[in-house]
Amino acid sequence: MKIILSTASPSLDSDIDPRFGRGAYLLVVDIESLKWEAHPNPGVNASGGAGIRAAQFVTDQKAEAVLSGDFGPHAFAALQAASVSMYVYGDCRTAREAVERFKAGNLERVGAATRGECDGGHHGQA
Amino acid sequence: MILAVASGKGGTGKTTVAASLAISLADGQCSAPPLFLDCDVEAPNAHLFLHPEFDEQREVSLLVPTVDEARCTHCGKCAEVCQYHAIAVLGKKTLVFPQLCHGCGSCTALCPERAISETPSRMGVIERGPARDGILFARGVLDVGQPMAVPVIRQLKKWAVPQPGQVVVRDAPPGTSCPVVEAMRGADYVVLVTEPTPFGLHDLRLAVQGGRELNIPVGVIINRDGSGDVGVDEFCAAEGLPVLMRVPFERTIAEGFARGQTLIEIHPEYAERFRQLFADIVGRVSQ
Amino acid sequence: MKQLVILSGKGGTGKTSLAAAFAHLAHESPVPIEAVLADADVDAANLGLVLRPERLETHDFTGGSLAVIDPLLCQGCGICEQVCRFNAVLLPSPSGRGAGACTERRRSGEGYRVDPVACEGCAACVYQCPEEAIRMEPQTAGQWYRSESRYGPLFHAELKPAQENSGKLVTLVKQQARLAALDGEYPLLIVDGPPGIGCPVISAVSGADLALVVTEPTVAGIHDMQRILETTAHFRVPTLVCVNKADIYPEGTRQIEAFCRKRGLKFVGRIPFDETVTLAMMNGEPVTAFRPKSPASRQMVAVWQNLVIALAIQPIPSK
Repeated sequence: MKIILSTASPSLDSDIDPRFGRGAYLLVVDIESLKWEAHPNPGVNASGGAGIRAAQFVTDQKAEAVLSGDFGPHAFAALQAASVSMYVYGDCRTAREAVERFKAGNLERVGAATRGECDGGHHGQA
Repeated sequence: MILAVASGKGGTGKTTVAASLAISLADGQCSAPPLFLDCDVEAPNAHLFLHPEFDEQREVSLLVPTVDEARCTHCGKCAEVCQYHAIAVLGKKTLVFPQLCHGCGSCTALCPERAISETPSRMGVIERGPARDGILFARGVLDVGQPMAVPVIRQLKKWAVPQPGQVVVRDAPPGTSCPVVEAMRGADYVVLVTEPTPFGLHDLRLAVQGGRELNIPVGVIINRDGSGDVGVDEFCAAEGLPVLMRVPFERTIAEGFARGQTLIEIHPEYAERFRQLFADIVGRVSQ
Repeated sequence: MKQLVILSGKGGTGKTSLAAAFAHLAHESPVPIEAVLADADVDAANLGLVLRPERLETHDFTGGSLAVIDPLLCQGCGICEQVCRFNAVLLPSPSGRGAGACTERRRSGEGYRVDPVACEGCAACVYQCPEEAIRMEPQTAGQWYRSESRYGPLFHAELKPAQENSGKLVTLVKQQARLAALDGEYPLLIVDGPPGIGCPVISAVSGADLALVVTEPTVAGIHDMQRILETTAHFRVPTLVCVNKADIYPEGTRQIEAFCRKRGLKFVGRIPFDETVTLAMMNGEPVTAFRPKSPASRQMVAVWQNLVIALAIQPIPSK
C-alpha cells in the first residue's frame, strides 16, 4: 500500500512537517517494503490553494492515505473527493515513526478538516 | 472631481473627515450635494454619521466555474491553467473551490470539451440611497466569512456613478494593500488622514507610496494634532506633502465622534474649514 | 501551545498596544510565560515599533505573478485585452497599434502592455495569446522577518504598498511563528491581528485557541465589533471582549457589556483612555513597562489575568 507523508527533509528518517500543503517535502512510501521516494512539495510555492496542489500530487501518485499535521478545508475536500484517507501525526517526530504507528493502527484518522483556511491573495473580477 | 480619503493606519479619523467633508459640500454652494461612497466594505461605518435610507440594493457575486461531469474527461487542463488552485482534478472528480476563485474565466475558455460554465457565487451586497443634507450615499458590504473585498469595491464604483459635475467622496478602508488601492484608483486626489505618532507616521509612509503607485496627488490631514511628536510634520516637509488641515487633539471631539457626531456637529466652524480645504484641493488638481 | 489572536473589526482600537503589553506581562509573570509574538497586520506592521526588536533574518516574499507582454513577439491582435476581466491590459497608443505598427514603437512602450497594479496574475492572457507572447513573472511582494525582542521572538512582515496576497503573507508569518513556538516548546503564541474581517483577518484567526476582540465605545467601534464577532463565530473561535478608551463614552461601554451579556460572551475588561499609551508608544515601550501604575496599565493587567485563565496556559518552570 502506498501512503504519503509531509516531511521537513527528503528522507524516511526526516522530522515530520505538520503542514500538508506547505511542508517542504512529500514522501511517497510503500508501507510493506518501506521503499520511499521524496518529492519537493509542489504546494510550497502555490499562491493560495497549496493544499489542493498537494492533494493533486497525492492523487497523481495514486496513494491511498496521507499522514500530516493538519488538513485545511480545501485539502480535506480534495482528498475526500479522491477517496484518500487522512491521518494526523499526533506526537510523532519522524516519518519512520509515523509509518510504524500507521501500520500498527495507532494514528488518528480524521473525518473533517482540522483547521480553518484562508491562505491566498484573491480579488476576483471587475 | 473624485476625492479618496485614506490613511494607512486604522482609527486616525478617515470616516469622520470624509463624512464632515461631504456635509460641508452639501450646503448648496456646489452644483449638487456630493456622492459619498463607503468603500470600507469589511467594516463600513459611514452610515452611522450620514444616516442614509437605502432604497436600492444589489448582490455582488463572482462568476465561478461549474463543471458538467458528463462532458468532463478529467484531462486536467482547467487545473493546469488555474493560478489559484480553485479548480482541481482529483482522480475521477473535478472540484471547484469558489473561495479561491478570481472569476477570471480562464478555465472556462480553455476547457477542450467545453464542459465548464460560469455561475454567480454571492460575496456581498452594494446598496444606495439618500442621506442627510441631500448627500447621495452608496456602500458595499462584504458577507462575513468571504475573503475578498476588492470585487465588492469595484462593483460599487461601477454602479454608483456621479451626476455630471457631482463631487465624489470615497471613504477608503484602513491599510495599504489592494482594497485601499481599489478605493483610490480613479480618484483625482487622495487625502491621507494621520495621527502624529510613530504608528501614524510608519503607516503614512506606506500609504503615500500607494498613492504614488497610482500617480495620484496626495495631501495630508493631521488629526489629534498635539498629542504626539513632530515626526509626521517633518516627514511631510521632507516629502513635499501639503498638510491641508490640522485637527487638534481634544477630548470633546473624541467624545462627539463616539456618539456618531461629525466634526461639523461638534464644532460648526469646520464646515467652512472643509469648504476651504476642498477649494485648496481643486486648485492643486487643476495645476 | 496556545494561540491567542487580538482582533477588533475597526482599526485603531488599540490591538497593537495591548499585544505589546501582553508580551511584556507574559515575560514578567512571577512564573514567566514565554511567548512567541507574531504581527499579522502586514499592511501596516506596528508591533515592531513598540518592541524594538533586533532583526535576525530577512526573507523575500513572493506573492503572485504578473503578466508581462513581450513587445517583440506581440502582433497587436488585442485578444489579451478582450479576455482580461480586470482591465489590466493597456491599449497601445495609436502609433503602437495593429500588426503593421513597427516593433520599435512597441518596444518603447507604446504597444499592448500590462498594468502591473491592475493585473491579478490569472494568466488568462498567457494561455490565450496566439503568439505565446506573454509570460508570468513572480513578484517580490514584500518581506518577512524573524526578530528577537526583549519579550520573545517576533515574526513580522511588510507587504509592499498596493500588493495583494496579504492573506498568504499573514499565513506565512503565523506558520513560522507557530513552528518556532512548537520547536522551542513555548506555551503561548500571541498574534497581533489586522483590522477588518476579510482575508488577512481570516488567515490570522485560523488555528487560534482564543480571540480577544478589543473595541472602543464609539458607534463605529460597536458596529465593527459585531462584524468581527460574527467572523470569529463563523470560524468557531472562542472569543472574549474588552473595551479600550472606555471612559470616552460610558454609554457606549454599557451597550457593549449588555451586548456581550446577551450573547453569552465573556467581557474581560475596561481600559480607560490614557495619554500614557501614546507616550509609551513614542518611547518604544509597552505601556505596562513604561508606566506600570498608569490607569491603562492597571486595567491591561486585569485583562491579561483573565486571558491567562481562559487560555489555561501551563507556564514552563524556569529552564
